[in-house]
Amino acid sequence: MQFDSFSAFLDMGGYGFYVWLSFGVSAALILALIVSSVLGHKKVIKNIAIRQQREDKLRQVRKQRKNTQVDLTQHSTKEITQ
Amino acid sequence: MNQPKTPHNLSYRSVFSLVLKRDLTIALRHKDDIINPILFFIIVVTLFPLGIGPEAQTLSRIAPGIIWVAALLATLLSLDRLFKSDHSDGSLEQMLLSPQPIFILVLAKIVAHWIITGLPLILIAPLLAVLLHFNEQSYGALMLTLLLGTPVLSLLGAIGVALTVGIKKGGVLLSLLVLPLYIPVLIFATSAIDTAALGLPYSGQLAIIAALFFGSLTLAPFAVGAALKVSTN
Amino acid sequence: MWKWLHPYANPEVSYHFAGRMLPWLSALAALFLSIGIVWALAFAPADYQQGDSFRIFYLHVPAASLSMGIYLGMAIAAFTSMVWQFKLADASAAAMAPVGAVFTAIALFTGAAWGKPMWGTWWIWDARLTSELILLFLYLGVIALHSAFEDKNLAGKAAGILTLVGVINLPIIKYSVEWWNTLHQGSTISKLGKPSMTADMLWPFLFCFIGFILLVTLVICIRFRSEVLSRNSIRPWVRTLVSTQLAATEK
Repeated sequence: MQFDSFSAFLDMGGYGFYVWLSFGVSAALILALIVSSVLGHKKVIKNIAIRQQREDKLRQVRKQRKNTQVDLTQHSTKEITQ
Repeated sequence: MNQPKTPHNLSYRSVFSLVLKRDLTIALRHKDDIINPILFFIIVVTLFPLGIGPEAQTLSRIAPGIIWVAALLATLLSLDRLFKSDHSDGSLEQMLLSPQPIFILVLAKIVAHWIITGLPLILIAPLLAVLLHFNEQSYGALMLTLLLGTPVLSLLGAIGVALTVGIKKGGVLLSLLVLPLYIPVLIFATSAIDTAALGLPYSGQLAIIAALFFGSLTLAPFAVGAALKVSTN
Repeated sequence: MWKWLHPYANPEVSYHFAGRMLPWLSALAALFLSIGIVWALAFAPADYQQGDSFRIFYLHVPAASLSMGIYLGMAIAAFTSMVWQFKLADASAAAMAPVGAVFTAIALFTGAAWGKPMWGTWWIWDARLTSELILLFLYLGVIALHSAFEDKNLAGKAAGILTLVGVINLPIIKYSVEWWNTLHQGSTISKLGKPSMTADMLWPFLFCFIGFILLVTLVICIRFRSEVLSRNSIRPWVRTLVSTQLAATEK
């Protein structure tokens, strides 16, 4: 241990402000980078999931519409034949 | 390009001169494209004495930097139209599809751009130098550095334009991409002028700018071609 | 000879490989960094000239060398993707750019905070600081180009070209800035000219350096995974992966 007391450790031989400033800002930047990377990963997964759900929904709607269209055409042909 | 020859048997030289002539003709039809960067150059240079003060000594001390920074910005402003109109009307894609090497086509377009924007800058610069109380010994250095340096600006800038031509708001992005690459030219050009003002030989700086010129002349068109292929995808 | 590398050209394989690396990397990075930083802050001796402000060195030097190393890595990835049309290399280059920018910013900031007590000013136009600043601009250009394109594959190609142009220019810029600096002002960096480090300074430095390398690799792995996912979002393996992950979080 290079320092006699905790206050001496904080003081850093008079350079405390600069030392703690650079360590603090670096820690903050690295932390922000890690957090944004992890959140970005979750966001990507969420976005893909949302798009997937939307596509599934569209596919279902299309299927339903196709069915109803088939019904309609059957109806209309019936009407015409009648 | 109403030539009787088929595009396949054009020599490289005739391809080069065809594209060059075409670009120059188009530029001459839109004269404001030529004039506006020059006006910008003049206005930026006149702003500096207004901001700094009219003392002749201060002005002549910072004049090389002012003229060169203004030249960088004026070139940057004019770069946008290097490929933009050709990209929007589709002729750029036709050019890339043609059997001629892209290197020649791109080089011709860059040379045309330099003739349209770089050359007028060189012609107008001595007049602005008078306004800034330029050191009398350094006019030669100013002209020589501009003559060797502005083509480098056009060549390096073309890479940035080629990368951003497909993007809608490419203007601000372009300056972010291109300006860091201009730093060596700026440093050596202004130092050559400063050295000339002291009456010392400045051939060393000129040689380095010439090296930058030839290096970018050989390498930049390849990068521009690759970038255009990405942008017109 | 290269055969063992081939499976990793598959996005799915390399995605899961990067995922398996994450716990190891984070544990090792935490271990090395905590040992290194505590050692550097509390146990390493103060410099005989610079006193305790020398402790900034343990942050500044790893950050500065990593900022350049990451740019080099990005350039290698861009070159690989351009020559061999290897799309995963684009994803890794895209993952590296923000990490490199952050470390360049750290190097700049710690340089300024170290410069204030040593040189008397926060900023001097010192050659190394200036070229570090220009490196930051190059990083920001690459990041901006990445985000300007809608299509991630196009963005990767465009940013790759810019990275390669930048890596050719970087030595020129560095050389010109150094030359400009020696011309315009006396060399100030000699104050930092240090004799070879003693062992009790070298060991904490090595711990910090290795810790930062591990940390960088960890963050790049995390970002690489999201880049791979967003580039392959329509592939079946991504779809099944996303739906299983979503089901796991909903439980």
